[in-house]
Amino acid sequence: MAKQRVKLTFPPELITQPVIYNMGRQFDVVTNIRRANVTREQGWVILELSGEQPEIERAIAWAIDQGVRVDPIEGDIVAG
Amino acid sequence: MSRLAGLQCRECEQRYPLQPIHVCELCFGPLEVAYNYDAIRAAISRASIAAGPWTIWRYRALLPVEDEPLVETYAGCTPLVKANNLGRLWGLRNLYIKNDTVNPTFSFKDRPVSIAVTRARAFGFDTFACASTGNLAAAVAAAAARAGMRAVVFIPADLEAGKILNSAVYAPTIVAVSGHYDDVNRLCSEIAEKYRWAFANINVRPYYAEGSKTLAFEVAEQLGWRAPDHAIVPTASGSMFTKIWKGFQELYQVGLLDEPPRTRMTVAQAAGCGPIAAAFARGAREVEPVKPHTIAKSLAIGNPADGYYALRIIRETGGWAVGVSDAEIVEGIQVLARTEGIFAETAGGVAVATAKRLVDAGYIAPDDTVVIYVTGNGLKTPEAVADRLAPPVTISATMEAFEAALVRDGAGAAVVA
Repeated sequence: MAKQRVKLTFPPELITQPVIYNMGRQFDVVTNIRRANVTREQGWVILELSGEQPEIERAIAWAIDQGVRVDPIEGDIVAG
Repeated sequence: MSRLAGLQCRECEQRYPLQPIHVCELCFGPLEVAYNYDAIRAAISRASIAAGPWTIWRYRALLPVEDEPLVETYAGCTPLVKANNLGRLWGLRNLYIKNDTVNPTFSFKDRPVSIAVTRARAFGFDTFACASTGNLAAAVAAAAARAGMRAVVFIPADLEAGKILNSAVYAPTIVAVSGHYDDVNRLCSEIAEKYRWAFANINVRPYYAEGSKTLAFEVAEQLGWRAPDHAIVPTASGSMFTKIWKGFQELYQVGLLDEPPRTRMTVAQAAGCGPIAAAFARGAREVEPVKPHTIAKSLAIGNPADGYYALRIIRETGGWAVGVSDAEIVEGIQVLARTEGIFAETAGGVAVATAKRLVDAGYIAPDDTVVIYVTGNGLKTPEAVADRLAPPVTISATMEAFEAALVRDGAGAAVVA
């Protein structure tokens, strides 16, 4: 059982779509939201994904394919 | 009472003990070191600092270390250069350059890394690691060498050989990861989660980040214990920017400044990777991630972890945020070298170019005390200026050939054409 903490950032056109609900329906991952915010320009959600590692990766790949940015909660780690 | 109160979440303020952790278990917000400022105020004075070593550890009382042996890399206490020539060019009488080009691995990163490696060794880690395209990798590898620890550096597989040399010389294990930047990012986050290694800017990040406060402490001491009117700071993740402001505020809190700091904090970014500057221009509260396209590689963070906090500080202090073009960056490097004899890397060029934009916009008064932070040495990015330099004049070894090359300029002095 793996866990991964990620920040999902939604462009304006996806803010009203139930992306996280659909992720939980289509993939065997548990989504546990801790913080979120929505403005006119973007929405972001910080959550933990739990499940088997390959399934988490498939869920993340699907979200990216939908147009959602998926980043580690730490932001960009590869520094200059 | 101990100087250190523990770790605290910046979002929900939940408290944690001083462990190598960086994320709040409750809300997943970032953790920061919390201090008992009363205890520090009782133990610190201008005299006690003046009696300290000529390195960042001079300010040990305000840094997140306890009784553990310090890893002394001789970082910090870099020159604050009064830029009379550049100031005259721009019409400023109190312009300063904080010259961090001269640190042990030639960037400001030696400051936060010295704290991170000290804490990592005290926590019992035997491996010190990071993911970096440049300055952080060099600082981590060198600091690990000083600390007697193993170093592992993750780099993107397409990094140029010259950049790798700057870190490889200290003999870390270098892992070159192929894939998009985002994939490298995610992998390093997962490795930090799974292996008992100290990642400088991941699991020991709360301690690491505090090292940048020394950039404020030193400037204030070098100015005679006062904060400048303007600080122009090249900004990638926003960590250094937020910690410089925190540093000025802490000095007042512990009685080392007579007045609260009124420094206007300005973020300097490249237009090709300026998510904070873009958010500021839009009047937005949130930073939208971008894909970096700029010669300022050391500032190429498209998703800045401290972007939100940096925006808040810009607005609270009456500062500004600018994204400058690649051409302005190169001109910034060159004008600084030409007027003050300081060779900055592209990040420093970003800061100089940003300062010029503020001057041109009438944002800085002629007598304002202005500090431009130059965070890395130009030898790290020689390609930025290589094509822009005047070639040598070539002559054969005769006086006749030399004098044939002489021309007289308008002032009547001899110059070589």
